Amino acid sequence: MYSFEPNEEQQMLIDAVGKYAENDLRAAAHDAEENREIPKKLISKGWELGLLQASTPESYGGFGERSAVTGALAVEEMAFGDLAGALAVMTPSLFATPILLGGSEEQKQQYLPDIVGGDWAPYTAALIEYAIDFDPTALKTTAKADGDSYILNGEKAFVPFAKDAEAMIVYADLNGVTQGFIVPKNAGGLSVSDEREKLMGLNALPMYRVKLDNVTVPAINRLGGASGHDFDLILSSMRIASAAAAVGLAKASLEYSKDYAKEREVFGVKIAQKQAIAFMLAEMATEIEAIRLLTWEAAWKLDANKEDACAEAYLAFTGACDMAMMVTDRGVQVLGGHGYIREHPVELFMRNGRGFPMLLGLAIV
Amino acid sequence: MSIEFEAPKPVVKMQTVLQTVAENMMRSVSREFDENEHTIPWDYIEFMHTAMRSMGGGSLAPQEEKPKEDAEKRPPIGYQMLAAQIEMLSWGDVGMYLVTPGGGLGAAAVQAAGSPDQKAKFLARFADKKPTFAAMCMTEAGAGSDTSAIRTRAVLDEKTKEWVINGEKIFVTAGDKSFTEYEKSGKGFIVVWASIDPSAGRAGMRAFVIESGTPGVQVTKLEHKMGIRVSDTASISLVDVRVPFENLLGSPTVEKTTKGFKGAMATFDATRPLVAASGIGVARAALEFVKEKLKENGVQIRYGLPRSKLTSVERDVIDMEIMLRSAWLMVLKAVWMADNKKPNALESSMSKVKAGDVTTKITQKVVEILGPLGYSREFLAEKWFRDAKITDIYEGTGQINRLVVARQILGYSGAELR
Ligand SMILES: Cc1cc2nc3c(=O)[nH]c(=O)nc-3n(C[C@H](O)[C@H](O)[C@H](O)COP(=O)(O)OP(=O)(O)OC[C@H]3O[C@@H](n4cnc5c(N)ncnc54)[C@H](O)[C@@H]3O)c2cc1C
Repeated sequence: MYSFEPNEEQQMLIDAVGKYAENDLRAAAHDAEENREIPKKLISKGWELGLLQASTPESYGGFGERSAVTGALAVEEMAFGDLAGALAVMTPSLFATPILLGGSEEQKQQYLPDIVGGDWAPYTAALIEYAIDFDPTALKTTAKADGDSYILNGEKAFVPFAKDAEAMIVYADLNGVTQGFIVPKNAGGLSVSDEREKLMGLNALPMYRVKLDNVTVPAINRLGGASGHDFDLILSSMRIASAAAAVGLAKASLEYSKDYAKEREVFGVKIAQKQAIAFMLAEMATEIEAIRLLTWEAAWKLDANKEDACAEAYLAFTGACDMAMMVTDRGVQVLGGHGYIREHPVELFMRNGRGFPMLLGLAIV
Repeated sequence: MSIEFEAPKPVVKMQTVLQTVAENMMRSVSREFDENEHTIPWDYIEFMHTAMRSMGGGSLAPQEEKPKEDAEKRPPIGYQMLAAQIEMLSWGDVGMYLVTPGGGLGAAAVQAAGSPDQKAKFLARFADKKPTFAAMCMTEAGAGSDTSAIRTRAVLDEKTKEWVINGEKIFVTAGDKSFTEYEKSGKGFIVVWASIDPSAGRAGMRAFVIESGTPGVQVTKLEHKMGIRVSDTASISLVDVRVPFENLLGSPTVEKTTKGFKGAMATFDATRPLVAASGIGVARAALEFVKEKLKENGVQIRYGLPRSKLTSVERDVIDMEIMLRSAWLMVLKAVWMADNKKPNALESSMSKVKAGDVTTKITQKVVEILGPLGYSREFLAEKWFRDAKITDIYEGTGQINRLVVARQILGYSGAELR
């Protein structure tokens, strides 16, 4: 059957996350971006919503099952508040969710109960590389088997909270396929840049470069153990998360510009009464809904183990990148000159909106 | 409830059956009827009529669920089924889909605005032996998007209790087949929108059922069109046409409300996602065709690569897939809402906006990618390009549907945003 209505549990989650996103994340977003810092308290409050906990089984310290659909719903709501804040709150998932999806039993036992049971702690992952032709399925960072170990070499970029990370998953090319490796804090040869990344947007989220110079990890640290894991599944979960975040961000831009358009007067009428504005808003709403549904379907297919789930996750992500740019650009346009001023959030939405094609790997459901 | 995307089994079954029909009864003659405008595809019509009758109805209309003991367990899927049928038939040939007997927009208007008695009286005929048609006449030369500008008048003759209707309608889909009785067709009707009180504006608008053969009605013209040529688009003149009192759909009293007009709008809420579905069928045909041709020519689409590594053709194909799938999901949501009796004016118009966009974009891009093969009448791509364009025009142009969407999200009335 088709059905387009979140179930009761999901609706409760949406409401709770939505409240936090609007009252806490959004309220703090402007200053966080300007000061390049998200208050620790804010992150803790978001962590206490229990998104990761609710998608981790009881046997590993959580109280639920992972569902990409539920995850997508939550990420959309979070990102509606503020993208940087949302990504910060969910950073530990970058480490925990791949373990849930592809980790060995030992890895699950070793890491999940601590992460899920404790306060928010900087566990993270390193996927992105600083290259014009960055492609998560053809990484330049390499892993080489060496007896009972793997040796990692390369350089990673945009790694959130790398500076204080307890541990991170580093993705590297192992004989032509991407695989994740658990790299603990203080591993020899691992170095994190002192300087934070300086980007067009997302300045509140602390991100770093990470160098791997002959970093040696035991073979059991390969995600999934000796036989490794299905990277497609992880990549698809990342794509769905990114797409859902794009939907949330775009919705934020639409809502803000829509409210503004009903207030602002020109030539004796509200600008929303002019078709040039009204049609932009209608198209923004239409494109957001289109990608939301595509993201939901991809997530549902992933949960239901459908053959074409990964293909559709790719389509949803690709479509979301364009949609986010189109919508957030118009969000600024609706406000005119005022949209260009940093007092209004639409210019931040637009700067963040351009990021999705390069920020794959900063969220996962 | 939860979020789910499993197509209901009866829908999947139906799609499989209709794909065979589309391939064997439609695609095979698509070109022939396109080149011979105004000839009627009786083989297809009779085949579909027989098939629909054997399934218990005579229409592509949402089947009313008969209350069953296990009714609770099975949510209604009438509109979902209909959208899937229309998409598949339009994948075969959208013009031919439009000549499928069973009442089309005329029956939809009766469904939306008629009383139970009227529904029983006017809709029964579609299950009769001969294929039967019905049409809806709203548009006039001076009133297209602005339906409130219609001039057609209906005046009550107090003595005979008959409505006397005068006016000129244009662009009536299946207008000829619905009004002109052919040897092979049954007695159809047209639904004519007219004003019973021009001073009341939209509140005075009513729909009247006019039986085929009624004196004073004349089909005066059949249009020559860019596409969907097998579907007749008629002009109809009405001169002192006398219609029984009870053929007015809904209430005959004019209140200070826009109820009459709301009848028309209710029709559109139901039919817009269906028009969207028909456009999506055409676009899917075009997209599948171009992918096949690219494959034959050794062009692989490398899914999964970052945008910057894709060729322009790969990007185009991937973009088209995104557009097509998301547009279809919007249709599904709109009809799912209709099935579940949720108000869907927003979703319905949104699906039409999106479908109007993507069907034109996809078919145009496909012709471009195919080069000379796309422009040639040897293949159907150029025909799909011509056929697809109507999606963004009828049942409310792209602009009119944007207005509806904008009003919905802004909470504006028609007066606040015109
Ligand atoms: C093949 C075919 C079949 C049809 N079948 C039927 C049928 O069965 N029954 C029936 O009743 N009608 C039918 N129509 C009519 C169709 O619904 C109208 O053509 C359509 O609604 C547009 O009206 P119009 O052609 O008068 O264009 P106009 O209303 O003159 O519009 C011209 C342009 O102005 C734009 N526009 C109009 N109003 C606004 C506004 N307020 N804001 C911004 N832009 C605006 C339109 O979008 C369009 O781009 C059919 C038409 C065709 C071509």
